[in-house]
Amino acid sequence: MADAIETKNLTLTYGDTIIINELDLRIPKGEITVFIGGNGCGKSTLLRSIARLLKPRTGAVLLEGSAMAKMSTKDIAKRMAILPQSPLAPEGLTVMQLVKQGRYPYQTWLKQWTEEDEEKVNRALKATGIQDLKDRTVDSLSGGQRQRAWIAMTLAQDTDIILLDEPTTYLDMTHQIEILDLLFELNEKENRTIVMVLHDLNLACRYAHNIVAIKNQKIHAQGKPEHVINCNLVKNVFDMECEVTIDPLFGTPLCIPYGKGRCIIKRAEVGNG
Amino acid sequence: MLLKNNGQKVLGLIIAIILLLLFICASIIYGYTDTTWKMALNAFQHNNGSNEHLVITTVRLPRALIAAAVGCSLAIAGVLMQTLTKNPLASPDIFGVNAGAGFAVVIAVTLFSIGDLQAIAWIAFAGAAAAAIGVYIIGSVGREGLTPIKLTLAGAAMAAMFASFTQGFLVIDEAALEQVLFWLAGSVQGRKLEILLSVLPYLIAGWGIAFLISSKMNVLSMGDDVAKGLGLNTVMLKIGAGIVIILLSGGAVAIAGPIGFIGIVIPHVARAIVGIDHRWVIPISGLLGGILLLLADILARYVIMPQEVPVGVMTAIIGTPFFIYIARRGFNAK
Repeated sequence: MADAIETKNLTLTYGDTIIINELDLRIPKGEITVFIGGNGCGKSTLLRSIARLLKPRTGAVLLEGSAMAKMSTKDIAKRMAILPQSPLAPEGLTVMQLVKQGRYPYQTWLKQWTEEDEEKVNRALKATGIQDLKDRTVDSLSGGQRQRAWIAMTLAQDTDIILLDEPTTYLDMTHQIEILDLLFELNEKENRTIVMVLHDLNLACRYAHNIVAIKNQKIHAQGKPEHVINCNLVKNVFDMECEVTIDPLFGTPLCIPYGKGRCIIKRAEVGNG
Repeated sequence: MLLKNNGQKVLGLIIAIILLLLFICASIIYGYTDTTWKMALNAFQHNNGSNEHLVITTVRLPRALIAAAVGCSLAIAGVLMQTLTKNPLASPDIFGVNAGAGFAVVIAVTLFSIGDLQAIAWIAFAGAAAAAIGVYIIGSVGREGLTPIKLTLAGAAMAAMFASFTQGFLVIDEAALEQVLFWLAGSVQGRKLEILLSVLPYLIAGWGIAFLISSKMNVLSMGDDVAKGLGLNTVMLKIGAGIVIILLSGGAVAIAGPIGFIGIVIPHVARAIVGIDHRWVIPISGLLGGILLLLADILARYVIMPQEVPVGVMTAIIGTPFFIYIARRGFNAK
């Protein structure tokens, strides 16, 4: 099976600073892939470049085998959606207006709004559970609802691949789980390929089929969370001491960091273990 | 938003068109020379060369049409600038585009005695373009790139700079001052119809393109990254919108001098009436801009009659309180 996305010899820079260096990455189809890494390691930059929001210095990004640089941006938008980090809707925009924008790639001068557009928008509202909010303005919604509305917009785009840059940032725990459950369901039921950046390593291990750990402009490790996440990797990628144990509910890796704080049990050794 | 559904919005559009036509008629009839609508009708059907008829056809009619066209152009330029810069304070006057065009025209008319109307229009476009590009470049310098605050500061600086250049130049050259002073304050009075006609094709092109790109402007207003992700060619759209802004503000300045406040006030009024969809905001803003400038120009005739106040002063009197309101609200909201 062809990969959903592949990068070849990809180098990304901001000015003269190299962020990602000669990266070869394959993102499998129909799976949830999560990029992890420390602040400023370039995981968001990599995602933006895959979404064609940032031009690579050298190398190429392939979308299902063909070079994206040679495809029209509207055609790409029919196959791959991107939700940037904390997007800001203009004041007064309603949820319905927001979700409808997801149909932009399908509109032309002649064909403005069709029944298919209407149906996709309604499906997106339903999948994200925000039908009742469709006439509210986006700025009047809570953080979790707002993020659902934006995800509904990317769903209306009706693409096989969805990229999300830190979709759970600024959300409380309940809404983080809610958003990740929604994405997990989309992957399970509709077989969509999901690629996202997450900060919470434990949630990443629970929801991802495939983890990409980024460090020093390169991929440090890639694979199933249960195969790649261990205390050595966390030490190398995040520069942090931790124990990796097993999530008692899901059996996925669970990372427990060392550090200061109140310790109310007797512990044989602390850190440097 | 005042008008909720499309039916109401269509009705609102029709009412705005009727109001615009009524204000054009009012602008033709009311003023220092006493005239009636019957006289006006006669003047167009069988002009007898009387003073009143001459006033109507050679003074009042051009004046009314110029006010409508200039008001419309400045308002639409304001809408595009506010969306393009994501800044509620953006407008051709605040960001120095009008001042740039004004300075270019003053230099061309006084220093180089350029009288050809087409040439003046192109000089105004060049001045507007220089100011707009200058603001964009100054606003983009630095690490975080283009931010609304930096853009506003760059615009204010550019406006002050071109205004100072113009003043400095006119202080040295007094004869030039007399020639351009009333024009510089912003006025639609004493302009011949030919001036409007020489610039009108560019204005019409500007209005037309603005309307054609209106749904793309909706996509752009969701932010550059989202817009690019949806497959919008943001670079092309920004260049296109920039050209429209230069045509409309440069054209307006070439005809009437730098008239302020229409470009900032009207887009906000329009959004309060029809919401944020550019397919409605752009045409409604155009109509309201024309109406506001016609109204300001009619009032300008009565404030210190028989003298006239430059219409730029009138729009400033109407616009300043509104500007302060937007400034407070705009920055608190963010």
